This record gives sequence, C-alpha cells and structure tokens, in this order.
Amino acid sequence: MPFLAESVSQYYLYLIIKILVWTLFAMSFNLVLGYGGMMSFGHAAFFGSGAYACGLLLVKTSCPTVLAFLAAPLVASVIGVLVGYFSVKIRGTFYFATLTLSFSQLLYILVYKWRSFTYGDDGIQGIPVPELISTLQSYVNYYFFALAVTLVCIYVLWRITKSPFGLILRTMRENTERANFIGVNVNNYRLVAFVISAFFSGIAGALFTFLETSLSPEILFWSSSGEVILMGLLGGMHIFFGPALGAAIMVLLNSFLTSYTEYWGMFLGVTLVLIVLFFPEGVGGLIKDKLGGYARKGSVNRD
Amino acid sequence: MDIELSMLAGQFVSGLCRGMILFLMASGLTLVFGVMRVINFAHGSFYMMAAYLAYSLTNLFMASGYGFWIALIVVPLAIGALGGIVEYVLLRRIYHKEHLLQILLTYALIFIFNDSVKLIWGADMRIVRMPPQLSGSITFLGHTSPAYYFFIIGAGLVVAVALWLFLKTTKVGKLMRAAAEQGDMVGLLGYNVGALFTLVFMVATGLAGLAGVVIAPTIRLALGMDILIIIECFLVVLIGGLGNVWGALFAALITGQTYAFGILVLEKYAMAFLFALAALIIIFRPSGLMGKPVQ
Repeated sequence: MPFLAESVSQYYLYLIIKILVWTLFAMSFNLVLGYGGMMSFGHAAFFGSGAYACGLLLVKTSCPTVLAFLAAPLVASVIGVLVGYFSVKIRGTFYFATLTLSFSQLLYILVYKWRSFTYGDDGIQGIPVPELISTLQSYVNYYFFALAVTLVCIYVLWRITKSPFGLILRTMRENTERANFIGVNVNNYRLVAFVISAFFSGIAGALFTFLETSLSPEILFWSSSGEVILMGLLGGMHIFFGPALGAAIMVLLNSFLTSYTEYWGMFLGVTLVLIVLFFPEGVGGLIKDKLGGYARKGSVNRD
Repeated sequence: MDIELSMLAGQFVSGLCRGMILFLMASGLTLVFGVMRVINFAHGSFYMMAAYLAYSLTNLFMASGYGFWIALIVVPLAIGALGGIVEYVLLRRIYHKEHLLQILLTYALIFIFNDSVKLIWGADMRIVRMPPQLSGSITFLGHTSPAYYFFIIGAGLVVAVALWLFLKTTKVGKLMRAAAEQGDMVGLLGYNVGALFTLVFMVATGLAGLAGVVIAPTIRLALGMDILIIIECFLVVLIGGLGNVWGALFAALITGQTYAFGILVLEKYAMAFLFALAALIIIFRPSGLMGKPVQ
C-alpha cells in the first residue's frame, strides 16, 4: 500500500485483519453448518469464550502470552463438548438452533452477571499484548501473525473436510439414515465436528482479543451467532471458501456503507433477499458457476 | 427480603400482562409454523412496526381522545395487509426450499423493517400516551396496578376465545387446522392452499400488530424492540410445542410468570430461567409441554 497515506493504509490493514478473524470464525462455523448440516445458533459462545479466556488470563495473571493464546481454543472446546453433548442428539433445525441459542445466551448472561470475575458489562479494557505483535504503533506485525494463524487453521480445516471424516460428515448431512445403516455412529461424528468447530472458533476469538485489546460481553450475544450464519449463507455454505467470501463482503460492506449511510441494514437486507431468491448457493456459488459451471445447481433443494 | 402478599400480587398481574402479550405474538408464530412450516424471524418486526404506527395514529387523533382506539382497530388490519404482501411477494417463493433459506429470508426482513422504521420515525425513543379512558388504577390484593394492565389481560383473553372459536367453528379455521395436519391433502381436496397460507400469515401478522398496539403505551418505543421480543417468542412457541396454539397460551402464561418472579431473584437477567427451561424441554420433551412432535 505505498500510494496511500500512512493512516489510511493502517485502517485498511485493520480491516484486513478483521476479515481474517471473521474468516476463520465463519469457516470453523461452516464445518458444523455447511458440512455437518447442523444449524448452530450459538457459535458466539465459542468465539466469545475463547476471546474471554485469552483476555482474562492476560489481564488477571502473569501467564505467558502463548499460553493465554492456547487457552482460547481449549476453553472453547470444553464448552463445545458441554453444549455439543446435549445438542448433537437433537434433530430438526428449529430445535437444534434454539437449544444452541439457549446455551450461548446462558453463557452471555453468566458473563454479564459475574462481575467480580468477568467485569460484567464494563468489559475488559487494555489487555496487554507483547510488543512483537502489538497493534499500538502499527498493524503490520500483527497482520502477519494473524495471517499465519488463519492460513494454518484453514489448511487444517481443509484437510479435515477432505479426510474420510469430512466425507462421512457430508454423507450424514445428505442422509442421516443411510449413514446409520452403513454403521456410522452419527451422534459421535456430529459431536466431534461440533468440538472441532468450537476449537477453531476459539482461536478466532483469541485473534479478536489481540486485535481489539478490549472485550465486551456483546461478542457473546446471539447477534454474533447470527452474523456468522449470514456470512456462511452469503458466501455459500456448500463451498469451502464461501464463508471467507461472506466474511469479507460483510466486513467491507459494513465499514464502507456505514460511512456513507446510516441505512446499511436496508442494503444488507435487500442483498440477502436477492441471494435467497436468485442465488441460493451464495456469492461463492455464483462465482463457481460462472467459472467452472460444475457447481451442482439446486443442491440446496433438500429437506 | 420481606415478601408481602401485595408485592406478589403486583408481580402476578405484571406477569399475566406479559404473558398475554407473548400469547398474542406466539399464537401467530406457532400458527404459521404449524400450517406453513415456516419460522418467521421477522414476526417481531411486524410488532415493532405496529407499535410505531400506533404512536403516529394516537398523536394524529390526540384531540379526539380516541386516537388509541382508532389505532387498536386500524393498525392490526394494516399490519395484516402488510403481512399478506410479504407472504405473496417473498415467502411464497421459498416454501419448497430448505428451512435455512426461510430463516435467512425472514432474518433479512428484520434488517429491512428496522431501517424502514428508522427512516420513517427516526432513532429517537417514542412514547405512546395511555388512552385517557384507561388512565386510572385498580387495586388487586393490596397492590395497585394501572387499569391499563387489566385491559391487556382482558384483550388477551378475548383474543384467545375468538381464536378458539375461529379455529373450531369457521370453515377457514377448520381448513387451517387440517392444513397443519396434512397440507397436501387439503390441496388434493381442491382447496386453494396458497390463498390459505396467505390468510394464515395475515392473521398471524395481524395478531403481532395487535400485540404491538396493546404494548405500546406501557413501554418506550425504540429500535431493537423487535429482536428483544422475538427470541422470547421462539422460546414460548417451543415450550408450548411447535404448531400448538393452546400450548402457546399455556407457555406464554408460564413464561410471563417466570419472568415476573424471576426478576425478584435475578433482576435484569430473568431471561436465564427461560433459556434454561427451553433447553430442558428440548432435551427431555422436544414435543413441548403440550405438543405432538413435529419434524
């Protein structure tokens, strides 16, 4: 970005990192929605618990940054096991969505209420970040750090979706009964996918903590879960990189449109309506269609 | 904490009020799900739109003193008509697609409605005057509540009875119940299922409109009141059993009381009890307290 003034390029760098964070979150989420066929409406719990675990450790203890960072996916996975244990047995989109929503809202209320431990609605301010990746002076170092972490995670997620495990996951999504018949323990597979998704959502949460250096309970609210669903559907949940595209579109639209109009929600709403009616495979599906023509049209017309 | 009878009576009355509002909302939501198998995320948006319309109408007819009553009749009809348009233009196109796309579409409507309200009425808080005829107060078991609260409870009861009569005795009502059981069969018998769906959606959004008008004088109208109530309505519908109108009434009353008395324990966070209750019901009794399982 050599042609831009220093302050402007810093802002763009910030946006790019933000896209990376949401990309990782949306792609982890899509392992559950797009590949597992589970409509989780509570993924804010994993993103948020990861972010909070990392933030609280850094503020309250003198634990090394690396450990605080690693704590995020671990805590998120533990919560993923707890929520997943009860949820994966539940069939039916609405039931699954409401159950995961209920768990995540309970966690949100807990964080809000448990002031002495989580600082409640004051949030956590001034989370110390080591100088090497600090964003105080410049976003450049942190950009490379976030990029490396996100790429590694995406690579692992990609391997998972291509593995036998990923293929069974898709089989289950298409036809749970058949998967059962060939001897697949459906609930176990669903649980493992759920926890893997929580793990990577937790990493995205930690990246978020380092980027913002402050946290508020709002990241645990259900609207965060809603946002990540929108990203998945906007980009195309049946395409591996679809959610990344959705995340980029949402972050960019939000930051550019809000500076021109206070009615960006109207724009987003109309875009979503058009996507549902005309491009149900999302923007990613549209591009894939145009490029290769091998996207399976109508593959969303399942029940 | 000293607990007196009068305080409990006060909580009971306010819980009953909240329960009735939730019933007005949830009955429509569950009817739409039962007949059309659509989860309408935008149900709360119709309610918010109605509350703002009530604000404009009561102000417009302020001098006559009957502004609120005009709104009470006109707004639910207008919102029902709006619902009909939304069904006819948008929802109709996605009935045969997966639930996810329906959720996305109605979710998109939340954004559109929210910004429409912002565009028309602005982002400031609005207050709807109590109708002067109901500005008094009534003492019940030693606790004095606004008379308007008892009007809300009465309105809820009237709607419950009217809805019962409508679904039990009228031909259209019977068709709606039949469509909830066997939608294809109703079509095979030669009835226009499309028109029936539009009508169901109009009744449901009209009820949401009524809820919006009725609650308006008791709260400050603000953007976001749509999503505040929609999650609660989902929980009520689920606790009562998907598609079950009477379950919704029962669940709404329980929810209202849980909230009213939960406030004494957890203050602002009484919703926690509802989420916990909903989670328990999904895990142990997914058909809801009074429902048959629906897939």
